Amino acid sequence: MNRQAQAAVLFLVGGAMLHAGTTSLYLRYVKAGLQPLLLAAGAVLIVAAAATAWYELRRAREARRRAETESDAGHGDVQDGHDGHEDDGGHGHREPRISWLLVLPLFALILVAPPALGSYSALRSGTALQPPLAYPALPSGDPVSLSLVDYAGRAAYGHGRSLGGRTVEVTGFVALDRGGTPYLVRMALNCCAADAQPVKIGLSGKLPPVLQPDSWLEVTGTYSGKRAEDPVNGGIIPFIDVTAARPVPTPKDPYDESWNQ
Amino acid sequence: MTIVKAPPAPVGRQHGEEPPQQGWQFTSTHGLVLLLLLLVVGQGPIRRALSTPVMQSWMTVFLAVVVQALPFLVLGVLLSAALAVFVPPSFFARALPKRPGLAVPVAGVAGAVLPGCECASVPVAGALVRRGVAPSAALAFLLSAPAINPIVLTATAVAFPRNPEMVLGRFVASLLVACAMGWLWQRLGRTDWLRPPARATYEGDGKGAAFWGSVRHDVMHAGGFLVVGAMAAATLKAVAPESWLRTAAGNPAGAVLALSVLAVLLSICSEADAFVAASLSQFSLTARLAFLVVGPMIDLKLFAMQAGTFGRSFALRFAPATFVLAILMSVLVGAVLL
Repeated sequence: MNRQAQAAVLFLVGGAMLHAGTTSLYLRYVKAGLQPLLLAAGAVLIVAAAATAWYELRRAREARRRAETESDAGHGDVQDGHDGHEDDGGHGHREPRISWLLVLPLFALILVAPPALGSYSALRSGTALQPPLAYPALPSGDPVSLSLVDYAGRAAYGHGRSLGGRTVEVTGFVALDRGGTPYLVRMALNCCAADAQPVKIGLSGKLPPVLQPDSWLEVTGTYSGKRAEDPVNGGIIPFIDVTAARPVPTPKDPYDESWNQ
Repeated sequence: MTIVKAPPAPVGRQHGEEPPQQGWQFTSTHGLVLLLLLLVVGQGPIRRALSTPVMQSWMTVFLAVVVQALPFLVLGVLLSAALAVFVPPSFFARALPKRPGLAVPVAGVAGAVLPGCECASVPVAGALVRRGVAPSAALAFLLSAPAINPIVLTATAVAFPRNPEMVLGRFVASLLVACAMGWLWQRLGRTDWLRPPARATYEGDGKGAAFWGSVRHDVMHAGGFLVVGAMAAATLKAVAPESWLRTAAGNPAGAVLALSVLAVLLSICSEADAFVAASLSQFSLTARLAFLVVGPMIDLKLFAMQAGTFGRSFALRFAPATFVLAILMSVLVGAVLL
């Protein structure tokens, strides 16, 4: 890859990072806290692209000027040793072919922009539910709005006592296992989607007639004593007794980042 | 540059210089434009082909690894360019002890000041070697930096609120492995295994040109290898079933080995691996310590980046030795502390 192409790739990668960082696109792949770093990295890459293009232009201009003076003088071999050495944009040391691979994430991010991890990944990994450290008092409101991970922790490890029989409202996406059991899932994330792990709750009670995997639902219901064992890792999957379910759009940050706080 | 149809060469061309900008040649710039055009024109069919759940999840994980690692890679590349251009080699000669045997632990402890994950440490270690630091000391830095910096240790403490000894175990085991690998390289390492990072010398250009030249080179180079590693990690995450792990968890030796291999294959950022380890609660603490010690030192992404920076014959020897030593040291530290 010559230096002009490198400048173009650097510019495009930097631009893609800025694009992802300024829209909510980056939240599909990494945690929210990385946003300033993403923007800074994108800016640095664009500056590097501009610097590369600028020095390349200057070098080409110098080379042309030298070629002219050389042809005027009639012998050009004298100055060559020094300059040919620096000239890694030319023939000697171009960047290896592996640099071309940088086009792949660019293409994936700009043209495809795959969605956040959904039911496929959720059913392949075991629930990552951990015993909560404490059960703080529920916020006010009826129904009380809880994160899916919060409800699952209270239901599985606190046996629902801290829920006090109140009606709760949780949001997540639908996943159906092979037997057809519906789960409401939220992927919990620490850094990026490569370490995202599902937290699952089972749905029982009054369910909508058709459940589409990966569609987002806001479920209203009460604590149910029913629980299941995750077939993948043997973790606890608590259930919720559903009284109402309402489709909602995919939230801006599709992951649960409560572990990061 | 593949020259398809060379114009009559002017005088300057005979010396292997940059060809003047005249006439039509097929260069990598044209190749890039052509490739991007093809992708944009063909995006409909390509998108349809990629819409199966397994491909979607593959691409999401692939992008996640790249997007997450890129800022840290850029940070490391900037640091490495600054080291290469603005810090004179004599600084390192003064800062590190003369005897390489002593320089190794000093460099290992110095790893604690590089905040970030393993993507930042590879270019910095490459720059250190180029600036005349003994390879054994630079390698100790390479191994310790991603594991013992304050950000990673804090994340470990947060992930294991009930087992603060995990933080100490991680720190001690990682530092021991880094120093042991440094000393091992000093005794057994041969310089011809370590490919001196090939690059143009920047003397004669201005400092600005040298700095940005180094940044451009490192991003293009290490970035390409990062993409390879991300593809490998995404393939594993999207294809291999997690239930395999369950069978390994029962046997103590099997558990340590399984989590060490998992750490290599998953290639998780060292700032996040503690949370993954915490969730693998069916495994013993020692096995999870091995996961935390092995992961930042050697994984698919790192192996690809090390091979790119130091050469394949180096990486093929260094990676297995690091892997074995990291497991042994984790078991040892685990037996004492956990």
